[in-house]
Order: sequence, then structure tokens, then C-alpha cells
Amino acid sequence: MSTSIIQSTKSAARTLSYALNRFRVGRDLPLLPLAILVPFVLIAVFANVIAPYDPIEPIPGAKVFEPPFWAPGGSVRALLGTDYQSRDVLSRLIFGARVSLIVGVTGTIVAGGIGTALGMLAGYIGGWVDQAIMRVTDAWLALPAIVFAIFLATMVGPSMWNIIVILGLVYWTRYARVIRGEVLSLREREFVKLAEIAGASRTRVILRHILPNVMNSTMVLASLTIGVVIIAEASLSFLGVGVPPPQPAWGSMLADGRSMLMVGDWWLTIFPGLGILLVVLATQLFGDWLRIRLDPQQRNL
Amino acid sequence: MGQFMIRRTLYAVVTLFILSLTIFTVVRLTGDPVTLMAEPGAQEADLARVRAEWGLDQPWPIQYAAFVANVVTGELGQSFNYEMPVSTLYFQRLPNSLELALTATLISFLIGIPAGILSAVRVNSVWDHVGKTIALLGLSIPGFWLGLVMILVFSVWLEWLPTSGQGDWRNLVMPAVALGWYFAASLLRLTRSSMLEVLNSEYIKLARLKGLPAFAVIAVHAFKNALIPVLTLAGINLVVMLNAAVIIEVIFAWPGIGRLLYEGIFQRDFPLVQGVVMEAGIMIVLINLIVDILYAYIDPRIRLTK
Repeated sequence: MSTSIIQSTKSAARTLSYALNRFRVGRDLPLLPLAILVPFVLIAVFANVIAPYDPIEPIPGAKVFEPPFWAPGGSVRALLGTDYQSRDVLSRLIFGARVSLIVGVTGTIVAGGIGTALGMLAGYIGGWVDQAIMRVTDAWLALPAIVFAIFLATMVGPSMWNIIVILGLVYWTRYARVIRGEVLSLREREFVKLAEIAGASRTRVILRHILPNVMNSTMVLASLTIGVVIIAEASLSFLGVGVPPPQPAWGSMLADGRSMLMVGDWWLTIFPGLGILLVVLATQLFGDWLRIRLDPQQRNL
Repeated sequence: MGQFMIRRTLYAVVTLFILSLTIFTVVRLTGDPVTLMAEPGAQEADLARVRAEWGLDQPWPIQYAAFVANVVTGELGQSFNYEMPVSTLYFQRLPNSLELALTATLISFLIGIPAGILSAVRVNSVWDHVGKTIALLGLSIPGFWLGLVMILVFSVWLEWLPTSGQGDWRNLVMPAVALGWYFAASLLRLTRSSMLEVLNSEYIKLARLKGLPAFAVIAVHAFKNALIPVLTLAGINLVVMLNAAVIIEVIFAWPGIGRLLYEGIFQRDFPLVQGVVMEAGIMIVLINLIVDILYAYIDPRIRLTK
């Protein structure tokens, strides 16, 4: 029993190193997306070092709705202004990046993990397992993702970790469909047949022979899902069913800024939105690069 | 054809069954919906009374049967706050959502189709790059943020358009652009790839060999066939927009279905939330079924393969 766990851990590690080799890390990297994503990750990871103020406490002595430093009435004390509780917008943006990064990455891992696993099971085992998994996939795809996410979030209650699980549950269906389709043709290939004849167990065939061959697709889908998950989290937080206050998230910052839009307090709306825009744009560009890198047939398109 | 229709209809019924089971389970999985609805400090006796009133003291299979009965009769249950069938509320809001979704579809056509055709006809030209940029921004700019920025620019700074509410065309422009934005990008990509596929086909080569002017080849011969998948996507998008425009309708105070769902969330009206989500699922399963059948009607290859 324990040897089989060690076996599968080993094969997973081999899969990972194989995948990393395929990226040929270090060669013709996509500069524009990396120029956005690397600072974004660094800011998110080192938020507590970089942020000038505590994101959930008012700046002592500051007024509410101070504009950014270059606008009339602004000061360098709060570079990007203050919000309705005289909290520092810049510090909240920095900590908000952390929420977007955690939700974007872990939400994508949950979705990709569930979807890839179920897609492989459906495609390889077939029969009623396939039927059951694919009918659930169809049904869950029928609901618009955002409506499904809002529904789940309303029923489960707001917290960052709930949102991660919810977005994983909403977005796994896309992976399941694509991966199943690939496995249907993979399982007819010689190397899979030979492994079966050699007496490999189903688990071994799936982990050792199928998984490495669907990893490329999973990675490409994942790179494109991160942006979608980040926007979905921002939407949920905007509606008040996402990351609960006072924890700073870009979506809830937009919701806070909405009431002051009418009097022209633009910095509360512009900055968090630009954050989302830049990060999602970079993940999309990175995903395009990855797709072309991993699938030479796509290069001409 | 008959066999195909029966098989597809059965699939749709199974899909709806799983969907209803999912929605039913989620509402009850996370505990007692009554405690979600109740005011803080409500007495246990009151909670029990509400539970009895809503049939929540019954065993789950009986509750599920009641839920399905509500769906089949078309009522979708009673809203807790409005004390009306959810379907009545849904169909009251439907015309408003339809107005918004149709305008958004029009806007996504105006942006997506010309840009898609231009980038397909002139691959790797400036137009192609403009098209790729629009497609990329469509995915990256959240529609609701675009809406907020438009309010800031056109309502607050320029004072051209009203910030929210329903009225004449000026109330419609910003929410429709914000909603249509994302779909314009997906229409653009599909128009481009669909046109590219058609332009490489034999009959287009023949039309060119015959010496037809380029415009006639593109507009008459290619576009007509490339249009089929594009119109299909637009039809499905329209139904999605009807049901999924939650944030846009909240921002612009547009009294549509999305806002109904939002009200349901904040009034803790779980029958309303559950009913609206179910109705959205039904509409989308239906439109997919219709599209499948129409495609099979047009193309025998589809109805003959399994």
C-alpha cells in the first residue's frame, strides 16, 4: 500500500520535471507578461514588507477620501489616496494583490485537479463512469459560471477559502471535457495497450502513461483559467459574497468606491480595476505563449 | 432525425434532473436555509413554524419531490419576500433583461463581426493586430469595471448620460456596452476563425478562379457560410446575458433578472435564489437543445454520428 503511494509520488515528480523541461525555462521568455506577473507575485508575497500602512486600520491623522498625491488636496503621506475609513489605498491594493494571487492560483489548482482527474477517469474507464461524470459536467456547464458561483457563495457564506473551493467547483467542468476527449484517443495508442498487456494496474496506467500526456493541455487550460478566476473572485467580492471585509480585495475595493463615483472620487475605482486588468491581461498573454510553446501545431494560427 | 431528437431530448432531461438535484442539495447541504433567512435573535418556535410552512421539516426525498413538482408546474416555488411564485417575478423582469441583452448583442455584433472579418481577410495586417488586441482586452477588462469607468467619464465628468435606471436609449447605452464587451471579443475570435476556415475551402478557391471580385467572394460566398457558427454563438450568448448580467444590472440599477437574483441574495430569500438559478439553467439547456436540433436538421452528418 505505502509502496504504491511512493510510486505514484515518484511518478508525479517525474511528470512535473518532464513538464518543466518542456517549457525550456530560460529560452525566449514572453517579456511583457513576465514584466507584469513577476512584480505582481513579488508584491503579493511581500505585501507586509512593502505596504506603507496597515491595510485595515485608518492612517492616523489622515482625512477620508484624500486624493492621490499629485491631485489638489493630496499628500505624499497617502500616495494613492485614502478610502472612506481614511485607510491607505496603496496598502490595500498591495494586500489585495495577495488575495487575487492566492485565489487565482489555488482556485485554478482545485479546478484543474478535479477536472483533470475526472476527465481521465471518464475517458480511460468509460462505461457508466464516463456517462455519470459527463452528465454532471453537462449539467454544471449549463449554468452561467458567474450565476453558479454567486449561488454557491450565497449558500456557503463568504470567506476566502470558501471562494477558492467554489471557483474550483465552478470551473473544473472545462478541464473534464477537454481531458476526456484527449484520453479517448490516448487509450487506443500502442504504449497504453502495451502497458495494459504488461499487467499495469489502472491506477498505474493513468498516473504513469495518461497523466504525463494530458499535462500540456491541463497547463494551457490552467494558464487561461487563472485570469477568469481572478475576475470571478473580484465579481463575487464586488457583490459582497466574496472575500469578506475588512480584508482588502480588489473587488470589494471597487464596491467601496462605487458610492463615491458620483462625486468624482475616481482613484477608488480606477486603481483596483487597473490591477485586475493588468494581471488578467498578463495571464492571457502568458497562456497564449504557453499554448504555442507546448503545441507546435498551433504556431501557424 | 426522429431518433436523434429523442436522444437529445432525453439528454436534456437528464441534464435538468442533475441540475435540479445539484441546486436542491446545495441549498440544504450547508445547513438549515431557515437560519440563513431568519432575523438575528429569532425564537426557536418561530423557526420551527417557518420550517413547517416551507415544508423543510419533511424528509429530503419528499422535499425534493415538492421542488420538482414546483419546477414542472412552472411556478418554481414561492418567493419568501414577495409572496409570489418565482416564475411570475422572473417573467416580470424578463422584458427588461431582454431589452438590455438584445442591445448588448447588437453592440457585440457591431464590434465583433466587422473586426473579425477584417482580421481574417488580412491576416497579420494592422487590422489583424487591432482585432487581436480587442479580443485580448475583451477577456481582460472586467465588464463591470468598464461600466464603472463609463459612469465616471460619461455621467460624472462629461454629464452626457444618466448614471442608472431605466428610460430612453441614453439609459441603455452604458449597460449594454459593459455587457456586450466580453461577448464582442468572443464573437470576434469566432468570426475570424470561421472566416479563415471558409476562405480556405475549395468552393471559395473556385469562386476566385472564376474571376469574381474579392468583395463578392468575401461578402457573398464566404460570409454567408461563416455566419452560421457566429449566429449560433450569438443566440446562446443572448440567453446567457439574459440570466448572467447580475453585476451590470446592479451597477446600473437595471430592473432585470440579474438584479432579481441579487435582491434574493440580500433579502436571504432562498426560494427566490434557487428558483432563478433553476430557471436560468432550464433556459440554457433549452437553447442548447434547439441549436443541436437545428444543426442536425441542416447537416445530416451530425444526426447520423453518435
